[in-house]
Amino acid sequence: MLHSPAPQPAVEVTDLRKAYGNVVAVDGVSFRLEPGTVTALLGGNGAGKTTTISMLMGLVVPTSGMARIFGVDMARHRHKVLHRVNFESPYVDIPMRMTVHQNLEVFARIYGVPDRDVRIATLAEELRLGDFLNRPYGKLSAGQKTRVSLAKALLNHPELLLLDEPTASLDPDTADWVRTRIETYCRDENATVLLASHNMAEVERLASRVIMLEKGRVIADQTPRSLVEHYGRQTLEEVFLDIARGKRDADTTGARHDD
Amino acid sequence: MTETHGTRPRLLAQTGPAASARRIGGLVLRYWYVIRSSWPRMAELIYWPLLQMLMWGFLQTHLAKTTSFAANAAGLFIGGVLLWDILVRSQLGFSVAFLEEYWSRNLGHLMMSPLRPFELIAALMIVSLLKLSVAMVPVAFLAYVFFGFNVLSLGFAFAAFFANLILTSWTLGLISTGVVLRWGLGAESFSWLIVFVLLPVACVYYPLSTLPGWLQPVALALPPTYVFEGLRALVTEGVFRGGDMAMALALNLLYFCLGYAAFRWFLEEARRSGSLVQMGE
Repeated sequence: MLHSPAPQPAVEVTDLRKAYGNVVAVDGVSFRLEPGTVTALLGGNGAGKTTTISMLMGLVVPTSGMARIFGVDMARHRHKVLHRVNFESPYVDIPMRMTVHQNLEVFARIYGVPDRDVRIATLAEELRLGDFLNRPYGKLSAGQKTRVSLAKALLNHPELLLLDEPTASLDPDTADWVRTRIETYCRDENATVLLASHNMAEVERLASRVIMLEKGRVIADQTPRSLVEHYGRQTLEEVFLDIARGKRDADTTGARHDD
Repeated sequence: MTETHGTRPRLLAQTGPAASARRIGGLVLRYWYVIRSSWPRMAELIYWPLLQMLMWGFLQTHLAKTTSFAANAAGLFIGGVLLWDILVRSQLGFSVAFLEEYWSRNLGHLMMSPLRPFELIAALMIVSLLKLSVAMVPVAFLAYVFFGFNVLSLGFAFAAFFANLILTSWTLGLISTGVVLRWGLGAESFSWLIVFVLLPVACVYYPLSTLPGWLQPVALALPPTYVFEGLRALVTEGVFRGGDMAMALALNLLYFCLGYAAFRWFLEEARRSGSLVQMGE
């Protein structure tokens, strides 16, 4: 009987560890993201999310273990796949004095986007950037900046999209609009998404899988629904609070914990 | 089975000289947009070279009236200051362009893009020449208008001086950029000050023989010393010392290679220590 080969994972993290001196930021994390899936990486502040994503992008070298994207070791050969990846984060800015169009043009050249003007015009229409395409990025509102960051992240039609709190500091309407755009992109382009977020409603809406980190370790890896059921809660936010407050495996039937 | 990248529009080639040129061009365009977006920045590029040129030009005019040496060596100080400013402006053009990425918190975007480290360096080198042109072309013209000193009258010698000073500035830029990568903006002042360590030792305004004997070997290990000694030989004796320029070039090539190796080492250290993610002081 013939078997088709197993699909190459978009992301494969194996026993990843990062220590800064005596401080262990990531401690033996392993997971695998299949192509076309949306996975949320959750955890409180200092849980190891940013360090894990940074090692995925090759910005930080692991102390041990390995992070692969499309089969490529990111610590050694990251430039072989970086054109197939992109990311969006409100914590990494885009040059303020350049206009939106200038910024997108520069990144389009760096990523090797063909027909740059056509691609920028398409994204401007899809993400409603037309009114401020020629305004300096620094003079935009938070919502407009997020849309520009998203346009930058989608310029190269990334197969893997890393999103770090993509709707942080946005009003509910704009945040909902951004989530819809992300959903549309994933559906249309069958992209793999790794989403770091503190907004549990966003995670429940976008992600089909949740990887929960605590003190640098994976403490849960399942669907949002099964995680909620496992903890006997109504929402993912309640589960998150349980874990953050050290109630991981206890009192799974009680009411929400108060401070 | 779905091929996740099967239906996507293909990107342009990612490897080879054309891909590198495209990425370098993109980054140069980014810096050019920043330069031209702010007239105070344009003015700042010219400000210090112009002040220096005027101050040393008037000093030389005064000395020419009172000392026979200065009278016979017209252009010595003003030539020195113009060449020194080529070194300073080129290094600052390189280093400050990189600092822009920290100030705008854009470094993460670049480091997570397909841009290679050598392409970043190549873009910074081109930008340093661009900024130098903006700064020095008007100042060199005004030196001719005010004091009758035509830097182009130095001919081929000027090309040799220029090439050597630019190479030195790039080496200093590589080291300062690497230091900032590793230690963040807390080390920013290093970028502004590193070039001035050469000022007393590289014999910008006085001959090598002025230095104490123990310091002269140090000066001779610095490529700019040969340039400024060469300028004095040209102005006072009318002699172009080609051998000295070749020596300066050899030293420059050696130091540039060491500077690039140091930059790569600092970059790897930054990836190990996590300082690329921190972006602060």
